[in-house]
Amino acid sequence: MEIVYAAVIGVLAGSGVWLILRPRTFQVLLGLMLLSYAINLFIFGMGRLAQHKPPLLVGGDPVDPALYADPVPQALVLTAIVIGFATTALFLVVLLALRGQTGTDHVDGQEPAE
Amino acid sequence: MNTILQHLVVLPILVPLLCGAAMLFMPEANRTTRVVLALASVLTQLLIAIALLYLTSDAAHFIWPEGVGVYAIGAWKAPFGIVLVVDRLSAVMLTLVAIVSVTTLTYAVARWDRPGQPFHSLFQLLIMGLNGAFLTGDLFNLFVFFEVLLAASYGLLLRGTGAERIKYGMHYIAVNLVGSLLFLIGVALIYGVAGTLNMADLAGRAAALPREDRALFDAGAAILGVAFLVKAGSWPLNFWLPGAYSIAQAPVASIFALMTKVGLYAILRVGTLLGEDETLAAALLYLGLATLVSATIAILAAKHLARLVSFSVLVSMGILLAAFGLRIQSLTGPIIFYMIVSVLTTSTFFMLTGMTDRTRITDPPVMPQDAPAAAAPVYMSYGVKKPSVFHDDGEVGIAIPATMAFLGLAFVCCALLIVGLPPLPGFIAKFALLSGALREAADGSRVAGWTFSIAVLLSGFASLIALSRVGMRLFWSVAARSTPRLRVLEAAPVAVLVLLCLALGVAADPVARYLDATARSLHQPDTYVRTVLAARAHPDAGDAP
Repeated sequence: MEIVYAAVIGVLAGSGVWLILRPRTFQVLLGLMLLSYAINLFIFGMGRLAQHKPPLLVGGDPVDPALYADPVPQALVLTAIVIGFATTALFLVVLLALRGQTGTDHVDGQEPAE
Repeated sequence: MNTILQHLVVLPILVPLLCGAAMLFMPEANRTTRVVLALASVLTQLLIAIALLYLTSDAAHFIWPEGVGVYAIGAWKAPFGIVLVVDRLSAVMLTLVAIVSVTTLTYAVARWDRPGQPFHSLFQLLIMGLNGAFLTGDLFNLFVFFEVLLAASYGLLLRGTGAERIKYGMHYIAVNLVGSLLFLIGVALIYGVAGTLNMADLAGRAAALPREDRALFDAGAAILGVAFLVKAGSWPLNFWLPGAYSIAQAPVASIFALMTKVGLYAILRVGTLLGEDETLAAALLYLGLATLVSATIAILAAKHLARLVSFSVLVSMGILLAAFGLRIQSLTGPIIFYMIVSVLTTSTFFMLTGMTDRTRITDPPVMPQDAPAAAAPVYMSYGVKKPSVFHDDGEVGIAIPATMAFLGLAFVCCALLIVGLPPLPGFIAKFALLSGALREAADGSRVAGWTFSIAVLLSGFASLIALSRVGMRLFWSVAARSTPRLRVLEAAPVAVLVLLCLALGVAADPVARYLDATARSLHQPDTYVRTVLAARAHPDAGDAP
């Protein structure tokens, strides 16, 4: 499972970085989104991958922590998703504004001279 | 009394948050209420910050005997809950934020908060993010406050119109989003290895890590460092900065002068808590020197005042990073002193830019890079008569005869501060840095100390040349020009900041002593760690939101 998980993160991050370095604003946006997916998965993975382990304690008895998943990375991921979503939406607005103002979707607001 | 004072720690976050939120719901026409509320908010914060400055000092032992105040949010104890920690460094930074926000807001009220998008809520949220970043004792919480202040800064930066502004705004947003993602990677790695994000707890655990985990932890810390360096504007991660800062409206740029220092604060705080690493310090030194050199060259090439000031922000960041990279403990006090002076100076200078350069709003302010024979348009863009929106808005001030004299005097003061010439405190700050670097660099780091000193002196000289050139163009050029109209509300903050700098020069001794104590406590993180981890949740801390 770890291999697949790591490969997924690697592919997402690699595509994201490549797209961020592209000259078109929409590609940059997609790159940022892919990169943030990769990083969300990465944060989640840092809590160790496990099956059949709930993150919440049930009942008030003393429990064995080994039977439970680490809830902190899940909370962190949730926060990161929300923040990433909001900033991506903002970036989308700016992207459209730049397109409207300059008539081009190049990140520099003008087509490169040939 | 003491229980009330304990709650002071959370107020620098709560006050701007509540004010900013309340202003969101006010009708657009209700400008007066909003201005009063905003000013009340920043003035309250100034009082709180000064109180915290006093309470963390040696003079007041009755509340936090060690000079470190801990506030457990929701009464959760330290390694598990999020704590706010105020120590001397935090208090100094909070005071700096409060001073700059009071002056900037006063300046903005003169005319800049009028058109369009909500200015005051964003401004309050920006201050909330800054205060929170300086107070928090938790790495992930630091990320959240970074995002709060960045989100607010995106909105503020994009105020106004023009394709140029949107273009640089988008570069700024993209770079900072990538920086935030790097921050997250670093935080996740550190959590995965150490199992905690509380900075004090982390300090203890990092030292006790098994050998095989050490490499991963260092990688996490290094990635985190890169994220901080993006915010701090270190070369080669700073190409977004001059564009973004020079297209921002004057009051926005003026408060942005603080934002690079958040990165520096994070490096200081996390760097001293995690223990200084020789390789990372060397990297900081070389990156700082590279920042310094590249920004110095850029200053000489800058034609526009706002761009010149942006590059001088970079110069100061280069000096600060390189000085920290020298790993001389006695230099930390002068570093903080220089940081304070440079924030006040660049903030004032950005306000001046807004006054000398009345055509900013109507024109895309940045000259096209490939403009042929830029001399003529440069003359035009400074104060030469041009149709301006301000002449129609019915709110123009009187053209005071002494306006040019005032502007010129303020310009000279700012220039002296940036260059570091006596009698202003810029000189004292640079002198303390250089003498510290040369005195302590007796052993192996002698070359580094000398390189640093020569680079600082050369950059000062280059700034002097560039500033005199721009100053002559602005104030002595023979071109026919209308005297810029100035309102008292705009002039007063500039005067206050310049006078504050003068006072800082006069009172340099007590200030330097306080900052040296700050530096000492920073380099002995044991007290910080012990106080944070031992802090019992305050009995009635649970009442606070």
